[in-house]
Formats: sequence, structure tokens, C-alpha cells
Amino acid sequence: MELDLPLIWAILIATAVFLYVAMDGFDLGLGILFPAVRGKAERDVMVNSVAPVWDGNETWLVLGGGGLLAVFPLAYATILPALYMPLILMLLALVFRGVAFEMRFRVATVRGQLWWDRAFSWGSYVATFCQGIALGAFVQGIKIEGRAYAGGWWDWLTPFSLLTGASLVVGYGLLGACWLIWKTNGELQIRAYRLAKPLGVATLTGIALISATMLAVSAPFRARWLGVPGMMVGAPVPILVGLLAWRFARALERRDEIAPFLCALGFFLLSYIGLGISMWPFIVPPSITIWQAATPPHSQAFLLYGAVVLVPLILTYTAYVYWLFRGKVTAEAGYH
Amino acid sequence: MLADHLPSALDLARSQFAFTVVWHFLFPSFSIGLASYLAVLEGLWMATGRDLYLDTFRYWLKVFAVVFAMGVVSGLVMSYQFGTNWSVFSDKAGAVIGPLLGYEVLTAFFLEAGFLGVMLFGLERVGPRLHFLATSLVAGGTLMSAFWILSANSWMQTPAGYTIDADGRFAPEDWWAVVFNASFPYRLAHTVTAAYLTTGMIVGAVGAWHLLRDRTNPRARLMFSMAMWMAALVAPVQLVLGDLHGGNTYHHQPAKVAAMEGHFDTVARAPSILFGWPDAQAGETKYEIGIPGLASLYLAHDLDAKVTGLKDLPRDTWPTNLPLVFWAFRVMVGLGLLMIALGLSSLVLRARRRLFEAPWLHRFAVAMGPSGLIAVTAGWVVTEAGRQPFTVYGLLRTADSLSPIAAPAVAASLAAFALVYFAVFGAGIWYILHLFNQTPRPHESGPPVGQPVRTAGITPAPALSGDSQLQPAE
Ligand code: HDD
Ligand code: HEM
Ligand code: HEM
Repeated sequence: MELDLPLIWAILIATAVFLYVAMDGFDLGLGILFPAVRGKAERDVMVNSVAPVWDGNETWLVLGGGGLLAVFPLAYATILPALYMPLILMLLALVFRGVAFEMRFRVATVRGQLWWDRAFSWGSYVATFCQGIALGAFVQGIKIEGRAYAGGWWDWLTPFSLLTGASLVVGYGLLGACWLIWKTNGELQIRAYRLAKPLGVATLTGIALISATMLAVSAPFRARWLGVPGMMVGAPVPILVGLLAWRFARALERRDEIAPFLCALGFFLLSYIGLGISMWPFIVPPSITIWQAATPPHSQAFLLYGAVVLVPLILTYTAYVYWLFRGKVTAEAGYH
Repeated sequence: MLADHLPSALDLARSQFAFTVVWHFLFPSFSIGLASYLAVLEGLWMATGRDLYLDTFRYWLKVFAVVFAMGVVSGLVMSYQFGTNWSVFSDKAGAVIGPLLGYEVLTAFFLEAGFLGVMLFGLERVGPRLHFLATSLVAGGTLMSAFWILSANSWMQTPAGYTIDADGRFAPEDWWAVVFNASFPYRLAHTVTAAYLTTGMIVGAVGAWHLLRDRTNPRARLMFSMAMWMAALVAPVQLVLGDLHGGNTYHHQPAKVAAMEGHFDTVARAPSILFGWPDAQAGETKYEIGIPGLASLYLAHDLDAKVTGLKDLPRDTWPTNLPLVFWAFRVMVGLGLLMIALGLSSLVLRARRRLFEAPWLHRFAVAMGPSGLIAVTAGWVVTEAGRQPFTVYGLLRTADSLSPIAAPAVAASLAAFALVYFAVFGAGIWYILHLFNQTPRPHESGPPVGQPVRTAGITPAPALSGDSQLQPAE
């Protein structure tokens, strides 16, 4: 039997990117919530709740980029130049944030701590906003000639990409708040409950606005979602979002602790699936398909052997580490 | 015209790559060695139960956490640089280079990142055995990382096991030949050894710094003694490895070696030029002072062998910056020789039982603290600038590898990288130096979590009466 390697890889990389969004999403979200939380003690708890896992969370981003280079180099070689500015800014913001993670606990002066807290928070905002912008610009399409990016270096800046940027900020904020509901208690948890509601509303508004704009401006998008076969596949997505929103509101009312986080992840998953339906089968919309971007089978197979063994192993020990640091994080007992 | 004086997009992209990768590699070259050192310390603690080892372990764990974080975020930048700035290279060589980097992520980065949390925060949660396993996995991960990235880099130096398709793209043919290409074993051995030496020099300098203040501190003695063993035993090995590496390079990249040596003419009994200034225009190395025959001896292991000079190689394959390659090589080798001198001095003093009583040696060791980092950087400059003007040696030119990004965009990003790196990593390094300055004490606390750090600065060392011999503290 001939395996469709590019298809398998497209699914694997899409999964890696989603895992990145889900995991780094909530720890970026904590930085986004920093301005809403004043006390140093509470901020310490927030950072402590992700300290043992943030590095692993970010590694999925390396896999997303590295995987693209490995199996769809043409996509890597056209998307990255097209998104040059937002990506570089995102990387720089992650530099700030990663170092602030270590430093905010360590500097001795209050002023120094405040400075690193700011670096952490700003880093989270900028990284998230840039990721959102990159997503928006990518969905709108990338101009290609031959095998290279043919647009300018400001093409990414559009009202639509600003909208996706802002939506992602509130979305990650929501993930962060729901994570705190799960992992903390007392004052901080109450505050997180209070934040989760408006953030949830804002996230859903963002999703609705993005979908409406796409319907309004993009003919292929309209054809896909309102045409006959597409409608069948696509219709359940908005319906499920609606159901999930209802479940989310109830979870907040009943003061559930884990359900809000799962619902928030659900919003992301459904939007992500929606995105996949809109793009299929292109990896660089609107012109390069996953098969056109793929490397020769010999190259794709080599890495697939490893991935088949290693990805389950990675998921297992990642789960083990999360399990190891399970339970509530409190001000007195951080992880030590 | 102004535009004529601005650097080209190519030069800017090269500067940006060099700037970000040199910064990045400073951190792994320290953390590869430090992770192994931590595993050894923890292993010794488990085997002997002596607090001395645990205290020293905790002292260095704090440093490790910060170095590692900087390594991760600067590495994240690297993994996107190929696409943002070298997109044509990525498109053409992606099928070969990509899977190697992919394996690095799958086998190394996840392992390191996953178990780092356990290593930093988990001792009380998992107990010593599992914790030691986590430390060892992190150390193993850093080595695995070196394996794959160096395989990728070596393939670019000595490509093998590939075919080139109609559009000029590389396709892998034989993965074994790709991974274990001609320069890889040498580069791996030499670089990993370099990382161990780099860590040894830093650990030795910190130990010596505290010995200068209090030569009875047992933790400072331990660090210093271990580091001096490293210098004495491994620095000479590095010389041999470097010689082998160079011999191999002579075989595969004669232009690079000619640039390193400053040889323009092909001659028998080629001299080893100690000092001089290679001048490409003039076609000679000016002001040269050399030892006749020596280069033939160490490159070809034969005093009378002919050694190829640049003039016998096509002009358009000469490395673009000859003095840089030439001088970077001398910096590296010079520092290597100084490390050997340090190691030998320590052996002599150790034999006379004066290792901890010789302040001049301690000062020497403190001065040598950054030598590993400098030598590593210089070595990479030799390797990479010597590979010019190609990205894939002999096959793909640097000028043909570039992304279609306008020069102002690259200039802006380069400026932003410079600003952010100096500010953020500068602060991180400043903090690490501050950690170095803190006396290693009994009952080291390990990385502080969720609590304010205790007083900063140096507190006077407590009277360490019962503590002056190498024995468990309390
Ligand atoms: C602590 C660091 C350190 C020290 C003391 C030395 N080196 Fe080195 N050298 C490196 C760290 C390094 C490196 C950074 O790891 C490089 C860059 C790429 C590589 O393979 O290793 C390197 C490259 C490198 C190359 C370039 C090979 C190529 O690019 O093809 C040669 C010929 C040598 N070394 C030779 C030596 C010799 C003869 C030394 C004598 C003492 C020496 N090195 C000491
Ligand atoms: C697998 C690892 C590496 C790969 C794949 C790699 C690849 C590259 C590429 C694509 C360039 C830009 C094009 C060029 O100018 O040749 C470059 C240049 C350069 N790299 Fe590397 N590199 C690696 C490791 C390193 C390390 C660890 C260092 C130093 C610490 C280093 C130092 C440099 C320098 C100084 C340049 C600029 C050379 C010049 O343009 O003259 N490289 N490398
Ligand atoms: C230009 C080529 C390079 C790229 C693209 C690159 C990429 C990366 C990335 C993405 C990370 C972060 C991994 C994480 O998320 O945990 C990283 C860290 C690391 N890299 Fe690099 N790297 C390069 C050069 C090198 C070289 C030449 C070596 C070793 C010889 C090396 C060794 C390491 C190690 C040991 C780490 C772990 C972090 C640390 O110890 O500080 N890298 N690198």
C-alpha cells in the first residue's frame, strides 16, 4: 500500500501547532493577565503554576517550524519571508519573556522585579499579538512567484490581521484565566473567575467577527462554507461553538474548576478545525498544496520512522511531568 | 548615492545570522558541559551521601537554570532564521537539513525541556533516584542536540549522500552517508570536548575566585580540583582532536586551510606562519613570521609534503575574509595552548600538594574563565567564515541562498536583535556573574522558587572552623 506521506505529515504538523497553541497559549495568557493582577505574591503563584513546563510548551513551536522545514520546505521558505516582521518581533518578544521567567524571581530589588514583570507581560502581549497577525496574514494569502515569496515586507499589515491579532490576545487571556481557575484557589481563583467571563465573551466575538469578515471578503471562503459539500462538513463547527459557549457559561456559574479550561480549549480546537476546512488542501494559500510543497518520499519517510516512535514517547513523558506537578499551586508552597 | 554606501541585504543577513548564532552558541557551549557536570556531582552525592556534592550541585543548578533559558530562547530564534533570511537555502537543502534538525527536536529538545522542570523543581517530589535520572536525561539531551545540529552543519561543510534534481534541489540518497559525512566525527568530537573545556574553565575560575578569598572552602576546593583535572587531561586531547580535524579539513576544504595558514603559494616544507596579515589583493601574507616545514608536518604528517596554497585554487572559491579566518584560528589555538599550560601547572602543583595554596595559579584560572567561550566562538568563525563563499560547500553559494527580503527590513531586524540581545542577555549574564560572586555554602538553597531571594551581594563567609578539610559540611 502506498502511504500518502504528505497527508500524514500535514496532520502531524497541524497537531504540533495546535499543541503549541493550547500549551503556550495558557502560559502566554498568564502574562496577558499580569496587568489585572497587582500583588507580587499572586504573580509569583501564576508564574509558578507554569514554571516547570513552559520550556516544554515552547518546544512545540520549534517542532512546528522545524517540521515545516523538514517536510514542507517550500512552505517554510515562502511563509517565513512573507511574515518576516511579525515573526521576528514574536521571537524577540519570546526572548524577553523566556529570560524574564528566570529573572523575575531572582533579582533582589523591588524595582528590578517590577522591570522583569513588565518584560514578562509585554513579551507575552507582543508575542501573542504577532502570532495573531501572522495567522491573519497567512489566511489572507501569500503572493508567490516561481518558488519564492513575491510580496513586500509590509503586506502582512491589514485590518484583518490586526483583528486576528487582537482576538488571539483575548483568546490566550481566556486560556490563562481558565488555567488559573484550575490550578489555584482563594483570591486569585476568584479573580480568575471574574476575568474569565468577559474574556470568554470577547473571544467568541473575535471568532464571530473573523468568520464574518472572511465570508464577506473571500469568494473561495464563501464557496467552501456556503457551497453544497462544504456546508455539510462545515455546518457542525459553528453549531458546536454555540453549544460549547453555553456549556462554558454554565461551568462558570457552577464554579466548576476544570470544565472552563476544557471549554476554552474547545473554542480553540473548533476554530482550528474551521481553519483547516477553509484552507484544505493548501499549505500556503492560495497557491501551494501540501503535495506541491512536500519533499521527496525518501526524505519524508526517514523522519516519519522517528516520529512514529518518538512522538508518543514525548507525549507520554510530557503527560508525566504535568502529572508530577499536578494539584493547586499556592503562595506558600510553590514547586520546591 | 546613499544606496551605494549601505550594506547589501546579503551582508546584513550574514551579519544577522552570525550575530544571533554566536550569541546562541555561547549558551549551549556552557550548558552542554554544565549539564554533564551536574549529573556527575549528583551521582557522586548519591554514591557517597556527602553534602559537599549536593551543595555544589545546588550552587551550579541555579546558574544552569539561567543559562539554559537563554540557550532555549536564542535557539528558538535560530530555528526560524533559516526560513526568514535564507529561504532559498531552505527550499533547496530542506529535504536534507530539515530531517536532521527534526530529529534534534524529537530526540533532544523535548527531552531536555521536559525533564528540565523535574531537574529544577522536582527533587522533593520524585526523590533522589528519579531526580538523578532527570538530570542525566537533560545532560544526554544536550549531547544529542549537539549530535544532530553538528551533523547538519557538517553536511553543509562536506556534503555527501545526496542527489541534485532538475531544479537544483538537494534530495537525500543515502541517509547514513548524509549523517556520518566526512567532517562530522571530527567536528562532533572537537566541539563536545570544547564544550567540556568551556565549562571546566568557568567552573575552575569560580572555584579559584573563592579560593582567593578563603582557601579552606571545601566546595571551592572541589570545583577547582575537578576543573583542573579537566584542563590537565582534556586540553591536550583537544589539541590532538583539533589537529585531526584540521588534517581532515585539508583533505576536503583546502581553501579553508590555506586561509587558516595564510598560504598563498603551493610549496613543499610549508611553513607554519605564526603572525602576519594575509592580503588577498597582494596575493601574499605580509609581515609573516613562521616556522619552516611545520605546516607540512601537522597537515600531511610529512615534513616534505607539498601544501596547497590559495593561488592554486580558483579565485572565486577563496574565503571572502582571509584575515578573519587567519586570526580567529590563532586566537583559538593560542587559548588552547594556554589551557594546556594551566592544566600542566595544576598537575605539578598537585603533585607537590600545593594546589590550593598557590594564589598565582588561582589568578591564572580566574583569568582563563572566559577562555573557552572565546575559543569556541573563534573556532566557529574559522569554520564558517572559512566555508565562504558557499553555504553548501562547493555546491550552493551564499549569495544564491538568500531570502527575497529588502535590505531595510533586514537592517531593522538586525538592529532589533542587537538591542534586545545586549539588553536581555546582558542582564542575564550580569546576574550569572553575581551568582558566581556568591560564596558556595553548606546547605545551598537551589533555585529560589516563589520566594524572594535572600539578601543580595556578598555576605562575609561564616567562620568555617569544622569545615576546613575536604569533608562533608556538618
Ligand atoms: C574550547 C574550545 C576550543 C579549543 C581550545 C580549540 N578548539 Fe578548535 N574549534 C573549536 C573549539 C576549540 C570549535 C568551536 O568547537 C570548532 C568550530 C567548529 C568545530 O568543528 O569546532 C573548532 C574548529 C577547529 C578547526 C576548523 C575545522 C573546520 O572548520 O573544518 C580546526 C582546524 C581546529 N579547531 C583546530 C584546533 C587546534 C589545532 C587546537 C589546539 C589547541 C584547537 N582547535 C583548540
Ligand atoms: C548546525 C549549525 C549551523 C548551521 C546550519 C549554520 C549555517 C550557517 C548559515 C546558513 C550561514 C549564513 C550564510 C553564510 O554566511 O555562510 C552561516 C554563517 C555563519 N555562521 Fe553558521 N551555522 C551553524 C552553526 C554555527 C555556529 C555554532 C556558529 C558560531 C558560534 C556559527 C557562526 C557563523 C558565522 C560567524 C557566520 C557568518 C560567516 C560569514 O558570513 O562570513 N555557525 N552559518
Ligand atoms: C544554527 C544552528 C542552530 C539552530 C537552528 C539551533 C536551534 C536551537 C533551538 C531551537 C534550541 C531550543 C530548544 C528548546 O526549545 O529546548 C536550541 C538549544 C540548544 N542548542 Fe542550538 N541551534 C543551533 C546551533 C547549535 C549548535 C551548533 C549546538 C551544539 C553543538 C547547539 C546545541 C544546543 C543545545 C545543547 C541546546 C539546549 C539549550 C541549552 O543547552 O542552552 N545548537 N538550539
